[in-house]
Amino acid sequence: MEQFALTHAWLIPLVPAAAFAIIGLFLQNFHKLSAAIAILAITFGFVMSLGIAGAVFNLGITVDAPFVQRIEWIKIAGLQFDMGVIIDPLSVLMLLVVTLVSLLVQIYSVGYMKGDKGFGRFFSYMSLFSASMLGLNISINFVQMYVFWELVGLCSYLLIGFYYYRIPAREAAKKAFITTRIGDFGLLIGILLLQMLFGTVDFIQLRQVIPVYLMANGAGVLTIIGILLFMGPIGKSGQFPLHVWLPDAMEGPAPVSALIHAATMVVAGVYLVARAYFLFASLPILMNIIAWIGAFTAFFGASIAFSQHAIKRILAYSTISQLGYMMLALGVGSLTASMFHLMTHAFFKSLLFLCAGAVMHAVNEEADIFKMGGLRRKMPVVFVTMTIGVLAISGLPPFSGFFSKDAILAAAAHVSMPLYLIGIVTAFMTAFYMARLLFLVFFGESRQKEVHKVSRFMQLPLIVLAALAVVSGLGGYVYNFGDWVRFGPPVVEHMDWLLASTSTLLSLLAFVLAWNIYGSKRWSSDIIAKKLGIIYTITFNKYYIDEFYALLCRIFIDGIGKIMYFIDLYIIDGTVNAVSALVLLFSKLLSKFQTGQVQRYAAVFVCGVVILLLCTIMYLDKVNGVLAAGGAF
Amino acid sequence: MDFPLLTIILVIPLLAVGLLMFIPPSSFKSVKVVAATAMCISLGLTIYAYVTYDSSIGGMQFTQSIPWISDLGVSYSVGVDGISLPMLFLTNVIGLAAVFSSWNINVRPKEFFILLLILITGVMGTFVACDLFIFLLCYELVVIPIYIMVIIWGSTKRVTKEYAGMKLTIYLLMGSAFMLVGVVALYLQAFPAELRTFDIAALSNAHLYGTLSQSFQIIVFFLLLLGFGTLLSMFPFHTWSPDGYAGAPTAVSMIHAGVLKKIGGYGLIRLGLLILPAGAKFWAPLIIILGLANVIYAAYIAIVQKDLKYVVGYSSVSHMGYVLLGFAALNTISLTGAVANMVAHGIMSALFFAVIGYVYEKTHMRSVDQLRGIAHQMPRISVGFMLAGMSSVGLPGLIGFIPEYTIFLGLFKVYPFLAMLAVSGIVFTAIYILRVLQKVLFGPRDYGLDKYKDAKGAELVPLFLLGTVLVLFGLFPQLLMGVINSGVAPLGPFLQELNNVPSLLVTLGGIW
Amino acid sequence: MTVGMTHFLILSALLFCIGLYGLLVKRNLFSILMCIELMLNAVNINFAAFNYFLPMPDLSGQVMMIFSITVAAAEVAVGLALIFRIYHDFATVNIDKINNMKG
Repeated sequence: MEQFALTHAWLIPLVPAAAFAIIGLFLQNFHKLSAAIAILAITFGFVMSLGIAGAVFNLGITVDAPFVQRIEWIKIAGLQFDMGVIIDPLSVLMLLVVTLVSLLVQIYSVGYMKGDKGFGRFFSYMSLFSASMLGLNISINFVQMYVFWELVGLCSYLLIGFYYYRIPAREAAKKAFITTRIGDFGLLIGILLLQMLFGTVDFIQLRQVIPVYLMANGAGVLTIIGILLFMGPIGKSGQFPLHVWLPDAMEGPAPVSALIHAATMVVAGVYLVARAYFLFASLPILMNIIAWIGAFTAFFGASIAFSQHAIKRILAYSTISQLGYMMLALGVGSLTASMFHLMTHAFFKSLLFLCAGAVMHAVNEEADIFKMGGLRRKMPVVFVTMTIGVLAISGLPPFSGFFSKDAILAAAAHVSMPLYLIGIVTAFMTAFYMARLLFLVFFGESRQKEVHKVSRFMQLPLIVLAALAVVSGLGGYVYNFGDWVRFGPPVVEHMDWLLASTSTLLSLLAFVLAWNIYGSKRWSSDIIAKKLGIIYTITFNKYYIDEFYALLCRIFIDGIGKIMYFIDLYIIDGTVNAVSALVLLFSKLLSKFQTGQVQRYAAVFVCGVVILLLCTIMYLDKVNGVLAAGGAF
Repeated sequence: MDFPLLTIILVIPLLAVGLLMFIPPSSFKSVKVVAATAMCISLGLTIYAYVTYDSSIGGMQFTQSIPWISDLGVSYSVGVDGISLPMLFLTNVIGLAAVFSSWNINVRPKEFFILLLILITGVMGTFVACDLFIFLLCYELVVIPIYIMVIIWGSTKRVTKEYAGMKLTIYLLMGSAFMLVGVVALYLQAFPAELRTFDIAALSNAHLYGTLSQSFQIIVFFLLLLGFGTLLSMFPFHTWSPDGYAGAPTAVSMIHAGVLKKIGGYGLIRLGLLILPAGAKFWAPLIIILGLANVIYAAYIAIVQKDLKYVVGYSSVSHMGYVLLGFAALNTISLTGAVANMVAHGIMSALFFAVIGYVYEKTHMRSVDQLRGIAHQMPRISVGFMLAGMSSVGLPGLIGFIPEYTIFLGLFKVYPFLAMLAVSGIVFTAIYILRVLQKVLFGPRDYGLDKYKDAKGAELVPLFLLGTVLVLFGLFPQLLMGVINSGVAPLGPFLQELNNVPSLLVTLGGIW
Repeated sequence: MTVGMTHFLILSALLFCIGLYGLLVKRNLFSILMCIELMLNAVNINFAAFNYFLPMPDLSGQVMMIFSITVAAAEVAVGLALIFRIYHDFATVNIDKINNMKG
């Protein structure tokens, strides 16, 4: 079984892809059947992933010695791309997380999407997304990764715009696609440069040639390539300054937010960096950049999440912030901590999103947390699971977030104090805004009279994910995650209890603070907002970055476009039309000679003949000479 | 050659034209059936040729040669290699799609389909011709039907159809006039009087004998560049393209954007590069600059367009810029990409024009401001829009990605910084395509549009046919790239030698 | 005084010029047609004269002349038919009125 799973790993993305084709082409209107096929396909993937995980564990496959299969995709003179499968702990971890979360989210969706006209369409898109994401996970080279990278982008576009009849949804979809495209622009250039420099984009081969190249040529060019490559993750993983699409992406259905914009697709950027870690880790400047962008994004996202009102937007900014953490971990050199956090985050953040979806479903799609309240009693399952999610993300022991976040902070502290400080402040802020969300939604007096029931399909995944949010961190810690998945030992071997207790205390403090403001309402939040004044306004308006980009777009896209169109219409085409007008004018002039009087033509003709005759007579000798020489004919 | 496959492919549409002459003009149905049958047979045979073409040998296959005017060295000779075979395939696919997308034409359908079939034959002829004379003959054959079709069946929006038809025709004829001068000069110069020939293969060897001096090549290539560049809508000779497509009926837009433009790129490679290598090398930097202008300038303009046909028109100008870039980078990878991009762009622009044609035919609207949320009423057409749009954006898994990638890669080897500018085109493309898609397809239901029905029956054939090709070549690019490679890869050493030939930059450097 | 080559040539030249003058100044299509006939006949005289004064006279000039006369007859027939049609369409044979080709 394990051997079969290992050698047939290519089936994992292929089966959901087939499900997509079948549902998309034939089963759009058969709701139950389409859901069943999609879920079966992803279950198959999950089982296979489990088998592969077993194989990796038993065969001792490590990141340095992966299992690879490949077939030729393109081969032309001077260029060859393969498609293939790379199995190592990194990809297995991703396979497990993606298939598991995808499976749970799709089960949840059966309840969530019930009665929607686009039910079949939804499951076909979900299958396509799963297929692309899984394909990305097992990519053996940059081009294959780019292919699936773009495909998950497409799925994200389709699913954000799933409610295509709503204008915000379609605008958000467009924004997501174009913003990530800007990142992909850099990624593509980076890949092209790599291909040019080394003649290959294969991870295995690059791993061998890059150290040699570095020894010979230094890091200059590679750093530039690395920065360009990193633009892709900046776009895809919502890092500053290309984060603007992610909050808007919440226009999609809640399961989409949970799966794509929390657990899987947005971590593709982190995964790319991890996959090409041999490249990134050998470039210190780049690592610094990654760490700082990550840290800044973490802080930045948290600061906006502070003041938002819409429940899913808060979670979106929280995702941005947590992705920043993962980048920070990569930047400070701890692949293990980053992957650990990636895994725990996938569980607790998708849990939070699914809970948010359940809450919104229950209260007639109300999104503003200030208009909710007291839901604790009305939906106990959601309340309990969401609380677990909040505790996990806030980093309170013994929940999963505590261990993974602590691993990151410890690694950061090991490398640079400022990074650590940003990290710990962000941790405090995270605990605060999550507690605010929890207290506002579930505590206080009830504002909704009618609350819809949460169906069983939706409850089951919540419970499973909550369980994972509890145990995944502790399990990882006890069994020593890094050794277990064989990324190598973490940067900091043992838990630094000083750091851990500091962050725990800060998180508790944040909870107390939040309780006083939003739970017991001892301090009024409005007054605090007023006191914070301009800071509150700025964060509430997301630092006006959207407005700034819109302005840039108006100037540099629309403005220049209009100028160019003007040039095209009046200068280039103007010249053409002017030439044709000139020709017309000239021909009008000439046509004046065509009087239509045959006699005048005849007169001119006669004159011509006479002149010719005279000439002939005058130059008779010469004409004779020419004729004699037989020249002309 | 025992079985004249290519000749049969060429003759079948003409036979259908002959048959159509005898069908009474009033029986619309049989006219359409005859045209569709002819194109089906032709496409079937082309697919047979495509499948049986032996890429491992490469070179001209399915050849046939009959002396015609031996005094001038003209012979009827046809054949396909790795470069022309995909173009022949493209022509047939789009030809069939064009026939079906004109299914609802009820104004003089007999004349329409006769002209359409002549047009398709002419285009196919240029691609299979191994003789320069036949090439020119077929090329000139193409211009006339287009003019008539635009004038009679076209549509008037920003510009009148008469203006559009006139502009299209005059531009093409001007271009071909320059080209003709170049070709005649080439014919006279290449060989001594008694050996003169129009045979392209023989002419391609002429530069080896030293009869074509470098300065001669530079001048003649420039003439060819003017001719083929105009056809390819090279900046600044591109303005006929959006106006022309806007005025033309759907089928003409499809064939024009889909294949006719590609004669420009094909001619540049087949005649420009292979016969006049030094000239091609000399002008390459200029072509790169103009190609970049195409890519970015046209994309910018496409962003502010309102009329769907103008968006696609400028988009096609932008995409042809990639072909120019791929050509002018002058290495095997980029040339393969250029040819592949011609196929890719042909299929997707044909699909685009087909769906726009349907929408216009039904609603008589083409403006982004008027059409809203047609995904509600026309889901199938919307899928066509999405497929064409996404492959235009260069989404992997559809036909557009690999050609662009190979062009970029080839370009990076020569001009890395300009290549980065070219890559920025993918962002602009995404902007203009998505702006249009989201406005036209998505959004709240416009109840005013409820009376219009989705595409059905014969109208679905182009969507299905072109969509299949888009996806098939996207998922299995080797099907396309392998064949093209067999035509381009043997040029490797030839292109290698070109490295030593001076280019425009060297001359400019000398002046400074 | 013998009648020499020159006399014939002068006669034919005069005849030709009269015809040409009429062709250029007459407004009536019939007159113009008649003037053309005059010019043709001037040519015919030349044919006959040149033939007559050949060192070794043969009949080629006469033959040519007869050809020319035949053609002239045909031309008159066609020309008259055309003029008739023109009169039918334009209700006039005044050449100044028939200028539809004017650009």
